[in-house]
Amino acid sequence: MSVILETRGLEKTFDAVVAAHNINISIDAAEVIGVIGSNGAGKTTFVNMVTGYLTPSSGEILFHGKDIAGMPTRDITQMGICRSFQIPQLFPELTVLDNLLIALTIAHRGKKGWLTPAVDQALTDKAMQILSRFKIEEHADKLITTLAQGVRKLVDIAMATVPEPSLLFLDEPTSGVSAEEKMSFMATLIDALQATDTAVLFIEHDMELIEAFAPRCIAFYEGTILADGDTAGVLDDPKVREFVIGSEFHRKATSDVSDIQKQAEG
Amino acid sequence: MKFFDKTEWSLLYALPVLIILLFVLPTWLVNYVQVSMGMGLVALAVMIQMRAGLVSFGQGLYFCIGGYTAGMASKFWNISDIFVIFAIAIVATLVVAGVLGFLLRRYREIFFAMLTLAVSMILFALLSSSHELGSTDGFNLPQASYLGWRPEGETAGATLFILTAILTLACAILINRFLRGPIGKIIEAIRENELRVEYLGASAHVSVHILYMVAAVISAIGGVLWAMALGHVTPEMANWTTSGQFVFIVILAGTGNVFAPLIGTLILEVLRVYAVEISPNTWQMILGTVMLLTIVFLPKGLWSLFEGFVKRLSSKEPAA
Repeated sequence: MSVILETRGLEKTFDAVVAAHNINISIDAAEVIGVIGSNGAGKTTFVNMVTGYLTPSSGEILFHGKDIAGMPTRDITQMGICRSFQIPQLFPELTVLDNLLIALTIAHRGKKGWLTPAVDQALTDKAMQILSRFKIEEHADKLITTLAQGVRKLVDIAMATVPEPSLLFLDEPTSGVSAEEKMSFMATLIDALQATDTAVLFIEHDMELIEAFAPRCIAFYEGTILADGDTAGVLDDPKVREFVIGSEFHRKATSDVSDIQKQAEG
Repeated sequence: MKFFDKTEWSLLYALPVLIILLFVLPTWLVNYVQVSMGMGLVALAVMIQMRAGLVSFGQGLYFCIGGYTAGMASKFWNISDIFVIFAIAIVATLVVAGVLGFLLRRYREIFFAMLTLAVSMILFALLSSSHELGSTDGFNLPQASYLGWRPEGETAGATLFILTAILTLACAILINRFLRGPIGKIIEAIRENELRVEYLGASAHVSVHILYMVAAVISAIGGVLWAMALGHVTPEMANWTTSGQFVFIVILAGTGNVFAPLIGTLILEVLRVYAVEISPNTWQMILGTVMLLTIVFLPKGLWSLFEGFVKRLSSKEPAA
């Protein structure tokens, strides 16, 4: 597998507060990675630095070998790194379809003149295809303000896939989704994303989801990486159990994890 | 795919209607229609900025630049050809808006409104204190010529009216196209969620800058047409009361369609005439009351009434 993103010695400080310290991560193409850590551990700071929302205090972020640290968000998006948000960032007074059409318009704007209508049948069809990939096509004509949180999350993620990124960050994709729906929600999501061959890094607090959907796991603690490796190994790491997930968490056997995935997909 | 949408066809149909009105309506009303078209373009400029959530309280700046370019071209350089005047006005506007846009594109909400107002008031102050340009009295403009042809009397008025109608409707069609195009969609998204626009890969600053320049150009065209129609320019064109009037028109008419500010301008002109006639000393109260009622009962403006009417009409049509 080829490395698409590599961070070297990434640091972020806010005055005296160290939000991220010596973050060294490499991500391969089409990889699925789960990120865990308590609030304030530096997970979102890391995502914000890589996606251009925050400028690192020091260190390098190499995307396909090019240092993108401090570049504007839009340029990083155009290069192929996209994200979704913990609180979905949508166009709330518009319909789901209109949200997708705006995302597609932005992605294809270079191909059309200023006075050429942005939306045509081909673009609408493409938007509907994306919605059906995420199984939310029946909500196409609904206003965002009328949707349940889980559907909003899916719209948010569907929009993030429009620029066809090679790396996608999902910030707590299941927050606000009910406990019973989380597994099927995640299964829908990972199915839709794997069809695009996108590397996915998702921040999650639910360890069952991490076990079920992330072959690799990175644990953050107080702005540093506590552990990085295959998910089973990370979740069994004594330091991770002590500082991140708590000793009461019991990892499921591999066969149980497969069962959960099958149930969710079924 | 159809080349023109319904709005654009309606604007095209409006041209012969306006030309017929020129010969049917009394002169005073023709003058109101003509003046309204010039002002309507500035209201249209305010409306497209409102689509991005930006309220310009200084659109009079470009209205004034357009008007004074027309006046100064004839006063200082002896240019009366209207097409040359338009070219000069557009270039001057693009330069001013291009430079100011770098500052204004960074601001939103009240900060954008106040900055646009401040810049406009600087021009107002400069013109008011300039004796060469007639100070607060302004100065007169000669009649326009058209590629060497200089019509006289009623022909001059009719020619200018027809040119005003053509340019106003052409600008409205182009703006409708612009709003349906990629940048039009992006500015709508900026109003809703600027952060997301950036995360989808577009620059909100660049889009606002382009929008500001487009709005400036059509305001300047409106300024030239208005000044040519009245034959006089004053610094009042850049005053905040004039800019406030354009905002008033958009609130009254709504932002739903490019037609709305054009019709809204005419309605305001007629409303003002009757308000002055009914109550010469307190006519502003009547306008204020109309504005309050519009905000309370028609938050999306008069255009929403028309849209509702069309919807009801189409729902009554039997299914095919």
